[in-house]
Amino acid sequence: MIESNWKQSIPWRALTMVGALLVIWILFSIGTDGTFLSPRNLSLLMRQMAVTGILASGMVLVIVAGQIDLSVGAMTGFLGALAALLFVNHGWPLGLAFAATVLAGALFGHIQGHLVTWFNLPPFIVTLGGMLIFQGSLLGLTGGVAVSPTPDFLAVGQAFLPKGVGWGLTLLLDAFFIWRFFKEKSLARWKWAGLFVLATGFTAILNAYEGIPIPVLLLLVLTGALSVLALQTPYGRHLYAIGGNREAAFYSGINIKQHLVLVFTLMGALAGVAGIVLTARVGAATSDAGHMMELDAIAAAVIGGTSLMGGRGSVWGALLGALVMASLDNGMGLMNTEAFWQPILKGSILILAVGADMAGRRKS
Amino acid sequence: MALLELKNITKDFPGVRALDGVSFDLNPGEIHALCGENGAGKSTLIKILCGYHPAGSYGGEMFLSGQKVFFKTLQDSEKAGLALIAQELALVPEFSVIENMSLGQEPSHFGLLQKDQAEQNCRRALEKVGLSVDPHTQVKDLGVGQQQMVEIAKALSKDARLLVLDEPTAALTESDSKRLLDLLSQLRQKGVSVVYISHRLEEVARIADRVTVLRDGKSVSTGPISQMPKDKIIADMVGREVKTFYPRPPAREGEILLSVKNLSFENPQVPGRKILDGVSFEVKAGEILGLGGLMGSGRTALLSALFGVARGKVTGTIEMEGSTLPPFNHPTQAIRQKIALVSEDRKRYGLVLESTVRENLVLAVLSKLTRKGLLDGEAIDLSCEKEVLDLRIKTRGLSTLANQLSGGNQQKVVLGKWFLTSPKILLLDEPTRGIDVGAKAEIYELLGRLTAEGMAIVMASSDLPELLGLSHRILVLNQGKAAGLFDEHSATAEKIMEAATAAAGKAKAS
Repeated sequence: MIESNWKQSIPWRALTMVGALLVIWILFSIGTDGTFLSPRNLSLLMRQMAVTGILASGMVLVIVAGQIDLSVGAMTGFLGALAALLFVNHGWPLGLAFAATVLAGALFGHIQGHLVTWFNLPPFIVTLGGMLIFQGSLLGLTGGVAVSPTPDFLAVGQAFLPKGVGWGLTLLLDAFFIWRFFKEKSLARWKWAGLFVLATGFTAILNAYEGIPIPVLLLLVLTGALSVLALQTPYGRHLYAIGGNREAAFYSGINIKQHLVLVFTLMGALAGVAGIVLTARVGAATSDAGHMMELDAIAAAVIGGTSLMGGRGSVWGALLGALVMASLDNGMGLMNTEAFWQPILKGSILILAVGADMAGRRKS
Repeated sequence: MALLELKNITKDFPGVRALDGVSFDLNPGEIHALCGENGAGKSTLIKILCGYHPAGSYGGEMFLSGQKVFFKTLQDSEKAGLALIAQELALVPEFSVIENMSLGQEPSHFGLLQKDQAEQNCRRALEKVGLSVDPHTQVKDLGVGQQQMVEIAKALSKDARLLVLDEPTAALTESDSKRLLDLLSQLRQKGVSVVYISHRLEEVARIADRVTVLRDGKSVSTGPISQMPKDKIIADMVGREVKTFYPRPPAREGEILLSVKNLSFENPQVPGRKILDGVSFEVKAGEILGLGGLMGSGRTALLSALFGVARGKVTGTIEMEGSTLPPFNHPTQAIRQKIALVSEDRKRYGLVLESTVRENLVLAVLSKLTRKGLLDGEAIDLSCEKEVLDLRIKTRGLSTLANQLSGGNQQKVVLGKWFLTSPKILLLDEPTRGIDVGAKAEIYELLGRLTAEGMAIVMASSDLPELLGLSHRILVLNQGKAAGLFDEHSATAEKIMEAATAAAGKAKAS
C-alpha cells in the first residue's frame, strides 16, 4: 500500500524542533560572540545535559504509558550518594558498586510500580511520596556531608573517549547509515543522510576539543537502546497502546500491570545510572543532589513532543528537549544573565512548546 | 411558512466536499427525518445548523421563521431556540439531574445559587417529558434512556422549539426507544419541530412526517413518509438496490466448539445481586447464536464473562475441545483459547483512536510478529494489508489514524485485529451499532463467510431484525437468566420480546 500523501510522511514536528533549537543556538552564538558554538562550550553543553537526558529518555516511556514518576530526581540524588558511599566508605569494587546502585534503583522503581498497579494507587501520589522519602534518605545517608570519590569513579562523568576510538565508532555508524540510505528507496532515505551528517559533525566538533565525553556516549547509547525498545519491540508498542487507550489494550490481551511495573523498574534503573553520572560529573555526592531533576526530565520529554495524556512521545524527542533546556542554561550562563532569568525562560519555553504543538495538531 | 430553511448549503473540507448544494426545510410541528450512510453529510449539515461550523465557513443561506440567520457559535443557535441532542450525551455524570438541568443557566440571587428555584424548574421540565425520577439522583445512576430524556427536558427548559436528535436510539432498548418516540410525537403536537437522524428505518417510518435522504453530500430525495417506503430509502441511501439485507448463511451441523455451563456472577458493588444467573448454552462450528434481551439483561455481561473481562468473580464452567475450564479472568487466557470479543463500544474497548490503523490491527498479535525480539516491519505490513483487503477497509494507508476512519471502517479494523489472532469463536456485542447501511451489509456478508469457514459466532444485538435475520438460534436473556431459546424457524420478534420482558422466572424455553 502506498501512502498517497507524501507530505504526511515528512516528520514536520521533528524538523520544527530542530529548527527551534538552531534558532536558540544562533541567538546565543550572536549574544556570546561565537563562544557558545565553540567546540569547548558545545562539549560542556553535552556533558551538562547528560543526566537530564538519561532521565528524560526513561521518563518518555513512563509518560507514554499514561503514568508519571516524580521520584526520579530525588532517587537520582540518593543513588548517586549510595554509589559513592559503597565505593568510598565501604571499599566495594567500582563495578560492583555501580551494579548494586543500578539494581537498587530498579528495586525502588519496582516497588513503586507495584504500589501503582496492584494497590491501584495514583502514580502521582506514590512517586510524590517516593520523592520525599528519597530526599530524606539522601540527607540521612550523607549526614549533610559531601562524599568525594576518587578519579576512577569520576571518570564516568568527566573522562573523554580517545579521539581515535571516537572516529572508529563514528565510521561504523556512518557505514550503517550509508547502507540504509541505499537500501531505502523512498523519501525516508534522506533521514539516513541526515544522520550521517549529524554523526560525523558531532564527532568532528567534540574531537576538536578533547573527544567524546564518556557521559555523553553513555547517554547516546541508552537513548538509542530505549528508542529501539519504544519503537521496535512489542513491549514498547504495548506501552503506547496502554497510554493511548488502556481499556482497548486490556481487551487486546495485554498484561497491563506487568508492563507498568516493568516501566517503573526501568525508570528506577535509569535513575541509578543517572545518579552515578551525576556524582561523577559534579565530583561529589551532595545532600541536595538531584533536586528538581524530575521536573527537568518531564519538561524535556514534553518539549520533545510527549503528551502527558499518554500514548504519544518519542525518546529522541526527549533528548532534543533535554538539549534545548541545557542550551538555555548554558547560554544564559555564558551571557552572564542573572540566575533568576533561567527558570523564567525555561518555563516560558515549556509553555510555548506545548502551545505550539497543540495549535499545530488542531490544524491538521 | 417554514420554521427552518436551509438553501443550497455547500461545505468544503480540505480535499473533500462534504455538502454540495443541499437544501432542507422544516415546518412548525413537523418531524423531518434525515437519512444517509455515515459520511453522507448528515453530521456536517447539523453542525452547520447548530453553529458548530460558523456562518461564513460554508456556502448557502439559512433562514429561521423567514429571517436570515448567521450562527457563529452553538450559543447563538441555542438562543434562537435550537437544541442538539448529540450521540454522545452532554451531561456531567457526577452531577445530579437538577445540577445538570440548570448548568449554564443557574438561577441565582446576588451570585448565590437558588437551589429551590433550580429544583422547581427541573421538576417542571421533567414533567414535560414525563420522566419520573428523583431529581437529586446523580445522572450516572440513570439508564441511558433516562439520561436522554433529561437532555431533552433540559433543551425544553431553555424554550427550544427545534430539536435536532442525532441517532437518539442507538444506545436505547426497544422499550426506551418506544418511549422516546412517543415523547417526540407528543412534543410535535405542542408545536415543537424535530430533525431526526437515525439508521433505524422502522423508527423513521413510525414517527417521521417527511424524509430527506443524503448521499455523498447531496440531497438525493425528499418527500412525505407515505411516498418514502423503507426499500426506497435504503436504495436512495446506498445508491443501489439492497436485495438480501440479512444474508443468513445456511445452517451447518458442526461440532460443538463451546459449551458453557451454569455461568453466574454477582455485581461486585451490590452483593447478592446477580448479573448473570446460571446461564448454560452451547455453540457449534459454523453457527451464529444470537443473544437477545433488553439493556441490562446480561448480554454484555455474558460475553464479558466468556472473554475474561467481567468485573467480578465468575463461576461456572466452560468446555472447549473436550476439556473443562474454569471461567477466564484475563483476556489473555481467552485469546489463547482462540476466543475473540468485538465489544459494543469500539472507541472505548476496541481501538486506540490516536494510533494508526497499522498499530491497531496488530495490537493483539505484536508479540508473534517479531524477529530476534524486534518487530518485523514487513510481516506486520503483510498482515495488515491482508486484513485491509479482506475486509475492504477504506483507509488512505496503514499510517492513517484510527479516529480519521468512519464508524464502519473503525469496526472493520477491530474485526481485523481479531482475525489476525485466528479465532475459532467470535463474540460480537452490538456489531453494527452506529454503522451505516452499506458497512452493515458488508459485515453481514462477512459473518456468512466466517461461518462457512467453520467459525462459531455469538452475537448480542438490540436490533431485532438483525438478530432475527442472521441468527441460527437465539438465546434470550432476562435479568441475567436464560429466558428462552428459539431456532430460526420458531423465532419471531414477538416471542423474543415476550421472553425478554416477562417477569423473571415465568419465561420458558420453547
